[in-house]
Formats: sequence, C-alpha cells, structure tokens
Amino acid sequence: MTKANTIADLQRGERAIIKSFTEVDVPLKLIEMGCIEGNYVEVLQRAPMQDPIYLNISGTYLAIRLEVASKILVEKL
Amino acid sequence: MSDIRVALIGNPNTGKTSLFNRLTGLNQKVGNYPGITVDKKTGISKIDQNTSAEIIDLPGTYSLNASSMDEDVAVKVLSDKNNDNYPDLVVVVVDIENLKRNLFIFTQIKDLGLPTILAINMADQMTLKGIDIDIPKLESLLETKIALVSSKQNKGLSYLKKLIASYKTVSTKPCFIEQETVLSKFAKDEKKKHHLETVRRYQFLKKTLEKTYTQDPQNAKDIRTFLDRILIHRIYGYLIFFGILFMVFQALFSWSEIPMDFIDSTFATLSELTRTHLPQGIFTNLLAEGIIPGIGGVVIFIPQIAFLFLFTSFLEESGYMSRVVFLMDRIMKRFGLSGKSIVPLISGTACAIPAIMAARNIESWKERLITILVTPFTTCSARLPVYAIIISLIIPAEATFLSFNVQGLVLMALYLLGFFTAIIAAAILDKVLKIASKSYFVVEMPNYKLPLFKNVAYNVIEKTKAFVFEAGKIILAISILLWVLASYGPGNEMQNATEHIQNNHPNYSDEKQQTEIASYKLEHSYIGVMGKFIEPVIKPLGYDWKIGVAVITSFAAREVFIGTLATIYSVGNEQESTIKERMRNEVFSDTKKPVYSFATGVSILLFYAFAMQCMSTIAIVKRETNGWKWPLIQMFVMSGLAYITALIAYQTLS
Repeated sequence: MTKANTIADLQRGERAIIKSFTEVDVPLKLIEMGCIEGNYVEVLQRAPMQDPIYLNISGTYLAIRLEVASKILVEKL
Repeated sequence: MSDIRVALIGNPNTGKTSLFNRLTGLNQKVGNYPGITVDKKTGISKIDQNTSAEIIDLPGTYSLNASSMDEDVAVKVLSDKNNDNYPDLVVVVVDIENLKRNLFIFTQIKDLGLPTILAINMADQMTLKGIDIDIPKLESLLETKIALVSSKQNKGLSYLKKLIASYKTVSTKPCFIEQETVLSKFAKDEKKKHHLETVRRYQFLKKTLEKTYTQDPQNAKDIRTFLDRILIHRIYGYLIFFGILFMVFQALFSWSEIPMDFIDSTFATLSELTRTHLPQGIFTNLLAEGIIPGIGGVVIFIPQIAFLFLFTSFLEESGYMSRVVFLMDRIMKRFGLSGKSIVPLISGTACAIPAIMAARNIESWKERLITILVTPFTTCSARLPVYAIIISLIIPAEATFLSFNVQGLVLMALYLLGFFTAIIAAAILDKVLKIASKSYFVVEMPNYKLPLFKNVAYNVIEKTKAFVFEAGKIILAISILLWVLASYGPGNEMQNATEHIQNNHPNYSDEKQQTEIASYKLEHSYIGVMGKFIEPVIKPLGYDWKIGVAVITSFAAREVFIGTLATIYSVGNEQESTIKERMRNEVFSDTKKPVYSFATGVSILLFYAFAMQCMSTIAIVKRETNGWKWPLIQMFVMSGLAYITALIAYQTLS
C-alpha cells in the first residue's frame, strides 16, 4: 500500500481516481461539477507558485485552489 | 399575449444565451425579479403561424441546490406553481461535449415534475470531435424529447420550435426517483444529503450515456491544449494579459475621443439653439441651463462605457477571462482577494455598479466583501470628466516628459493610483476583518470559442442602456434641482441684485455690471447659501464655495461636479463660452487669484480619486451586502481618506 495521495500531490499530466473526501472540505459546487468518488482526475497545469491547479475531472475542466485539492484523496493511475 | 411560457435553463457556457438570442431576436427585454437585482431576461419567439411563446432566460446554474442569488431565482421560478413566471415547459440547454455534467441539472428539473425537453447545443462540433449520440434511445431513457441545435450556425431551431409547440405531449414523469427514506437514514446533515444525491444522479447518467453516447478520444484533443499552453504560461501568460489590458485602455481612450467630442459640441449647440429660438422665460432657462446640459452629461459617457462593455464581454465570451482568473488568483489571494476579483476590478474602470454585481460569483464571503469594498477605488468613467478638465487646467498641453505628453501621463498615474489604492485597501481589510471563510474557489475553464458578434452586441446594448437610464434619472433630477436652487434664493436679495450693483458700482461698464449682477444673484441663491455654509470646511482644501456646491451635488455622482460648475458659471451668463474657459477665468472673490491653481487642482484630483461620491454605488453595496453597515463604513473611510489627502496636498503645494 502506497501512502495516501491527494490531488495536490499529483504532477502535471498525471491521472488518478478520486477516492474520498469529506463534505466539510469540498464545496458542493465542485461535487456537482463531477468531483465524486470513482471519477478520474487529471492535472493539466499548475499556476505559478503551484496554486491554483487546473484539472480535468471526468470531462469537466476547472481550477481549484491547492487548499481544497489537498483534501481530496486519490489513487494514482 | 403569448400562448406558451417557456423557461430556458442550463449550465454556464452552454450557449444558452446565444440560443435565447436566436429564438427571440430583438424581441427581448431585461427586467428585474421582484426585490432582487438579478436580471430577468424575457423575449417573445414566434413558434409557428399562430403561436408565440414567451421565453424566460434563467440565470446559468450548475444545479438547483441554490448557493447564490442567481441560482435561487431559477429554483423559485421552477418549483413554485404560483410564481408569476412558472413555465408551461422547460428547455434545458446542454453542451454536446459535456453532456454528463450538463445533464445533471436536467435530472433535477425532471424530478420537479415539469414538462422538460432537451436542447443539445453546439451540434456543429459533432463530427469534429468524433461524437456519436443515439438520440431516440437517449429520448426513451430520459423520457423526454431532444432537439439537436447549433446556435452558432442557426441549425435545428425549427425542430426545437416544433417541440415547444407540442409542449402538452411532453412527459412530466420524473426520471429519477428520490429515495427520501434511504437518504435520511444516511445523511444527518444537508450537505451530506446533497453529496449522496449528486453521486446517485451521476451514476444514473453514467449508465444512460454508456448506452447512447460515444466520443472518439483521438478527436477529443482540441485547440484548448494549444491555447492554454500559451495563454496561461507562467511568463507569456502574464505578458499577454498585460498587453491586452494596455491595448484595451489605449483603444478605450483614443476611440471614444471622437464621439465624445461630437456629443459635447452637439449638446452645447442644442443648448444655445434653445436659448435663441424659444421665447424667453423660466421654461426656456430650465431647458437650456438645467435639462439639456444634464442629459448631455450622461450621454457623453456612452462611447466609453460601450467600448468597455464591448471588450469585457468579448473577453468573457471567448473563454479568456477564466484563464486570467486562474493566472491571477494566487497574487490576488495575497491581498485578500480572489482571482475572480479581477473581473470587478477591470469592469470598475467603466462603472462600479456592474462591477460590484460581478463580484457575486466569488465563493468566499470574505473575499467577495473585500472586492465590493475596494472596487469603488478603481477609476470609473465618471471620474474621467473631472480628471480631464482639471488636468487640462493645471498642466499645459505642450508639456512633455521623455517625449510623452504630461497630461496623458498624469491621467495614467491617476488610474494606477486608483488600482493600487484598491489593492492596498484590500490587504488592510484582509488583516482587519475577522471573518472566517473557506477558500472555496471553483472556476470552470470553458472551451475557447470565437464570440458571436450578435451576443456581444446584445450584451453591450443591454448594459449600456441600463447604465444610461439608471445614471440618467439621477443626473437629470439633480440638474433640475440645481437649476432651481441656483435661480431662486431666500429673501429679497436676488430681486435687489440689479439695484445693489448699480448703486455700489455706478462707474462699471454695462457688461461688467451684468456679470457682477449674475454673480451677486448666485451668491444669494439657495445654492450660494449652502455653499457658503460649508465653505469653512473646504477652504483648507483650496476650494471656494462654488466648488463646495459642486462637491455637495456630486455626492450623487462624480460627473455631476463638472455639470454643476457648468450650471453655476452659466446661470444668468448669456455669453457662449466653454466651461473650461469659464473655469480658467474664475478668481477667488477675496484675493482675486485664479481659483484653479496647481495646488487646488491636485487637491481636487486627489479628492475625486478617493471620495465615495456616488449614490448608486452606495445603494448597490447596500443591496449586495444586505444592510447599511458596509456602505456606510465604506463611505466614511473613503471620503475621510479623500479629505485628508486633499488637505495635505493643498497645504504642501500652496
């Protein structure tokens, strides 16, 4: 078992499957946009200073801050 | 009267508004939902020979779990049968490339039991992106009717209209049965419930789309990857952004100069014609000295505001604005703002009112509040006439610095001053305000697309119209009031003016006597009395009572400053001369030194850079923050800062 990763740990171009998060840390809007367990996520780009982070979550392109990204556990593909 | 009421709803960036424009053409109007500031767009569409439909364009939203005012409107309209706007049919607009996420809201609406049909937009992208959809199968799985449309190429609209016409046959069966009992067992809190509901809706959609939708991944790669590589590059990205900003401002000023000069001279001529061609009397005076200059003062802003709206809507429609938000977020966060604050800060250079409304999509309340509080520092176009005239009075037109025109440099410096004050104020507020809020920040990065001319044009016309009528009402009212206050006064002093001057200065020439009489009258009018009353307060800033009057009246709106001075200097003054000449010739009544000296000029510039001289902004801040607390704090802090800086400037320079 590798240590738990979050979206914030992913490098540019890496893909992963969303494992879990708690509702307290993640805005509902993000969940509704497709950030749910089992969906894939791909890091497309990071802004200068690594934050925010530009993602493709299951076909939806969006950007979130590192703070939220570091709360979403994933499993690297 | 229309026969069918149709609500148009969908995610942002699905081309919903383009479709609305296609359906309704110029037959649309913008109103307000009762009690809130969310725009209500409705239009009439001719469905067939005998039928017409009223189309309501609901605000773009990702779901019906309202998290903002805009989304709340959609929920209220759709869920309440007694709502005035309750539709006969809902058309959900989705983007063909993002079907799964776009259909999410479709399932929610369907569950409300409303007749719902689907318009799959951007169908022109199908072959390019290698997309294949089994429409009949999707129709039966979702229990709805589907129209494939392309608002860009104007295709599929007649079929969509046919579906709208037969709205009575559309199924109202929910496609997703809410398992309330299961839910409540799991979920203690509301948000967990929404989370579970979301997961189940997506499971349903995944299953549905697996059977009906395929996309060849080879073709999925698009222009996005290429453009993103350049536009949000860590170096080029910023260079391009600042390059675009620079070009926008250059264009804004050079392009709008010609129409503005034209408007200015047209209104001056109009005023003059009124005076010479209408019979003399109170009404003619009111028209020539109050109403016409007042309207002119609003109309003159149209070119600049329209150009600014043109640029911002172009940047937003193309998808570029989201990239700027992405690039700037980290920097703005340092100052307690959000990347999304960049939109209000840029729009604020046209007008703070739409800018403050644009802060609505900032998720964190603290960041949104700070954005609302600092946006009025950015140099809005209402400051421009004040700046322009004062700069031209205190700095010679020929002056150059490193071969740049100094007048232009000073104007640029004032813009920078506004922007940096906003940023610094934000940083201070970030430290001072103790509001716990999460940095919830989600920005969709839409596909790049060439903006449709029609959409941009509608947007510009709509927003310019709103500005002109909103600001116009206030300015017109004030100019009439001003004229009255300047034409009448307490007691008999005004009637005695002629006698008084003739007795005291019998050896003056006729012309000189006329001017003296006019200024004596003004001094003893209601407005003169008011100006004199506040003179002690503003004297240390280098202003006389006439400027004082202009400061008071321009509390309603900054541009009123010049209009007021124009009225004050022209009441009873029959000669035709420009306002600038009159200002240049003004002298202090005691010292006989020119009023508009360098020190006073700088003091006025600084005062208007900082002071919260805009009633409409105060009103909008009150609405957006739900109370008087923030607008009042904002007003006192800004105006206090304005007074102190103007005082320091005048006292050191004079």
